[in-house]
Amino acid sequence: MKRYLSPAIAIGVGLLVLLGYFFDNGSLAAVRINFVQWAVLLSAGSILVGVLNLLLVHTNKVIAKGKDRFYSFLLLAALLLTLTFGFLYKPSDPVMVNIFNAVILPVETSLMAVMAITLIYAAIRLLRRRADLMTFIFLATAVFVMIGAAPWPFFQIPLVADLFRPKIINILSTSGARGILIGVGLGTLLTSLRVLMGIDRPYGGK
Amino acid sequence: MSLTSLVGITLVVLSVVLLIGLFLLKDRVKASFRSIPAFTNFTKSIGTAVEQGTRVHFSLGSADVSRERTAASFVGLSALRQIAELAAASDKPPVTTSGDAVLAVLSQDNLQTAYHAAGMDEHYQADTGRVTGLTPFSYAAGTLSMIADEDVSSSFLAGGFGAEIGLLTEAIERQDTFTLAAADSLPAQALVYASAKEPLIGEELFATGAYLETGRAHMVSLYVQDALRWIIVLVLLGGAAMKLLAGLV
Repeated sequence: MKRYLSPAIAIGVGLLVLLGYFFDNGSLAAVRINFVQWAVLLSAGSILVGVLNLLLVHTNKVIAKGKDRFYSFLLLAALLLTLTFGFLYKPSDPVMVNIFNAVILPVETSLMAVMAITLIYAAIRLLRRRADLMTFIFLATAVFVMIGAAPWPFFQIPLVADLFRPKIINILSTSGARGILIGVGLGTLLTSLRVLMGIDRPYGGK
Repeated sequence: MSLTSLVGITLVVLSVVLLIGLFLLKDRVKASFRSIPAFTNFTKSIGTAVEQGTRVHFSLGSADVSRERTAASFVGLSALRQIAELAAASDKPPVTTSGDAVLAVLSQDNLQTAYHAAGMDEHYQADTGRVTGLTPFSYAAGTLSMIADEDVSSSFLAGGFGAEIGLLTEAIERQDTFTLAAADSLPAQALVYASAKEPLIGEELFATGAYLETGRAHMVSLYVQDALRWIIVLVLLGGAAMKLLAGLV
């Protein structure tokens, strides 16, 4: 029964939501908004499941005395501490805002900074791994655009900043990006249709 | 109905007609796609992982499933369902990491279905479908430790990623394991091109099902995708020609 019920619900709801996008003035639009709001609510509820999953995985690591159990222990402690503060104070309370601004924000910013270094390293390695024409064009364009965008102390390199860089960004890069996005858009359309027709079942089941 | 809605509904109806039409033609439609070595190498790496008893890792991204980027995540889930069935016999079960709780629940569902299809229900472990963080960079940080600790020999990254994918591909490369990486956003694709062993660019992500031989419907779907692209190319060229003619007259 479940084998047929889940696809039937998914296809039915999917079709109603899709039609609601196209016929956006009638009752279908209201149905679509309701379904989307339910999806958002379910999605918010599932965050709790996600947190429990995180808790379970790291508790197992601590119990199994894995290699990096100290980090897992740290994560569990931070999670429970933040959760307790979250229950005691509101999300807009200065304590909660400070936890976000003093811990989460700097850590994520540092990771972003690490990524800049990582990228330079990856670019150098790319030449070793895939030394072909496309790699050369990719790297040469990246270097050229960066030179054009860099704040040089006393002068701007003639032609690069005011002519070639804008041409690369506004014409070559934009048209290439549009081409890729059209391909991604078509892929998205066909993937969604496969789900709507019950061919793909991301919700599991045979 | 607005003009945009009309164009949209025409495109959807045309796609459905083409999908059903080509599907009904059965064996008269044969697969003849260009070779993408990334998929062949990925299939080989799965075989190696099963033989060596190492782990296959699926990274499904951190895009919220209830938003527009769902399709990319669904491609990852579809591949997971197919590959997990093949890799179920490995000593170490495949593991998935997600940056979205709904995606993690769906990955657990797909893993369970794959184990059931492989006749190995008892091998399924719910903690192999993991949430490693709920923001893009915390997701990347959580996944980095998983890659380093869990004897992963092959990684498949497909879904809604942002710049954080650069950290993942770089960490995987450092472990000298196989990586097939694809994303739906442009910055992530540029990063993947620079840092992954086998990058997929643009719509290649959506060809995954056809190349991994998930089913006839995926092959037909790829043909429809190609046909629609040609239609759009012709419309764009026609539009440009008409504009040029209008300027000359």
